[in-house]
Amino acid sequence: MRTGYDLELVHVTKRYGNTVAVRDLNHVFAPGSYVCLLGPSGCGKSSTLRMIAGHEDVSDGSILLDGQDVSTLAPAQRGTAMMFQNYALFPHLSVRDNVAFSLRMKGVDKVTRHKKADELLELVDMTRLADRLPAQLSGGQQQRVALARALVTQPKVLLLDEPLSALDPFLRIRMRAELKKLQRELGITFIHVTHGQDEALALADEIVVMNNAVIEQAGPARAVWATPVTEFVARFIGGHNVIALEGGKATVRADAVTLADQGMAATVTAVEYQGASVAVTTLTEGGDEVLALMPEEQFFTSPKSPGDAVKLAWDEGRLHRLRA
Amino acid sequence: MAANILKNRHVLGWLQAAPLALVLVGFLLAPIVMIVIVSFWGATEFSIYPAFLWDNYEFLFGSPVTYKVFWATFKYAFITWALTLSIGFTVAYFLAFHVRSLTVQIALFLICTIPFWTSNIIRMISWIPFLGRNGIANQTLISWGVIDEPLEWLLYSDFSVILAFVHLYTLFMVVPIFNTMMRIDKSLLEAARDNGASGFQTLVHVIVPLTKPGIMIGTIFVVTLVMGDFITVRFMSGSQRANVGRLISNDIALLQYPSAAATAVVLLCTVLIVIAILLRFVNIRKEL
Repeated sequence: MRTGYDLELVHVTKRYGNTVAVRDLNHVFAPGSYVCLLGPSGCGKSSTLRMIAGHEDVSDGSILLDGQDVSTLAPAQRGTAMMFQNYALFPHLSVRDNVAFSLRMKGVDKVTRHKKADELLELVDMTRLADRLPAQLSGGQQQRVALARALVTQPKVLLLDEPLSALDPFLRIRMRAELKKLQRELGITFIHVTHGQDEALALADEIVVMNNAVIEQAGPARAVWATPVTEFVARFIGGHNVIALEGGKATVRADAVTLADQGMAATVTAVEYQGASVAVTTLTEGGDEVLALMPEEQFFTSPKSPGDAVKLAWDEGRLHRLRA
Repeated sequence: MAANILKNRHVLGWLQAAPLALVLVGFLLAPIVMIVIVSFWGATEFSIYPAFLWDNYEFLFGSPVTYKVFWATFKYAFITWALTLSIGFTVAYFLAFHVRSLTVQIALFLICTIPFWTSNIIRMISWIPFLGRNGIANQTLISWGVIDEPLEWLLYSDFSVILAFVHLYTLFMVVPIFNTMMRIDKSLLEAARDNGASGFQTLVHVIVPLTKPGIMIGTIFVVTLVMGDFITVRFMSGSQRANVGRLISNDIALLQYPSAAATAVVLLCTVLIVIAILLRFVNIRKEL
């Protein structure tokens, strides 16, 4: 579907001197979707986001938003808004003035811009703290203000640069639920940069996995999880085993591997009890480390200890070949 | 017994605070108290004698010269402040936001301090051959045909006094402002741009408000230095201009210590009031 606020990257490349941070990216972001750019640090995901935002120049290629080439426009003219990793709230301005900042820059009078800011604060449930300074807020509250400030410009695309990394684990899970809820309510595209695969899986309609300046795989969260196409994706997304077989490498999910009477010979190296399941780490004769995530009862019917020889088995259908 | 006294935490606390307290009492409080006491003494043409008289203050506040000289002092302080602030802010802005590499930043910053490798007096005096009637400036301007005869106001004038002040004290403005600017999170500037602020709007709405504490510290440096100065005014005006510092130094030259002390007390109070007013505007505590 190519309607609404389509965001498209066309041969986008970013070079810093001789290093290539982003190489020839082509991708269409579906309108109104929650997209996670996932990858290890230095993979080019942040550069990509900053190019879309307009805080980095595009070395080659173009960025199209809503049918218009925005790659040479100033950040504020693109119809994008960015939420910064450390929120970048203006420390000398109250919460309300922070949210109203962009309206003030446009010359909107005080009454109107404060009214608009209050609406946005209402949306993120921060009305009662509107007169505080950012330093008087907790991390989660600061993030809500940053969200309100980004949304006050009525962007078509909201760009979030590792928005949850500054929060403690408990708050992180709560805020990600709120982000998702907000995105559904607003119906605009969120592009969220993260290096946490659990975060990406929990939030994203679409996951774009990047590595070494290129997109390794892009697709719906379930598709990426079920069928990683490269070894990198299989390892990065977690919960997968990569096994060298004749004719190339293949991957099988850890929860699809069981210990059986017949199958691939391996030696147990570690056993970890995790409550509902037991994680058995084994080493195959081929030298691959294979993790078997077994239901608790199944493991304890014939428990194994490190050093025991076992046979690994899985349904043929669960194994799939990786692109070389 | 002695060991027990040392273990008492109150005694220990006082002992730890004692060295600094002694230094402050001996070198700051005692001299000021002394000056205040002497300002009430009496004086004749050839002697001074301890007393408690208001004569010195009466004479000081009764003389129109005092008001003129205080006015001149404020004028020098204000003009110097305005110029050092605009130059200092610009230099600090350039160093903090336009120079990207830390090495270049440090190198340029060190270049700013080069004038401080020589003494105040030498830096001042070196202006004289440059600004004099037949100095480099006048000769150059004449040879370019900009002027027909030498400019008289270049040297021994308010112009030369303020020029020397600005030259001497701009760095005192640059350093605190630069320091504050370096602490501004660069992502705030990006956030301002993301919110549609132009370069000028970012300057006015983000950088200047966040730099205020540095501006205030620089202001206090410059204002107190200029208001307490006497040697620059004397050299650069060829003894043709006066400020409060010169009033005091003249009294001392005439051995009129009580009168000098009274003027000093009034000057001290004036400067303290100015600083108190400045501190009402900006909270510098978080910078210290």
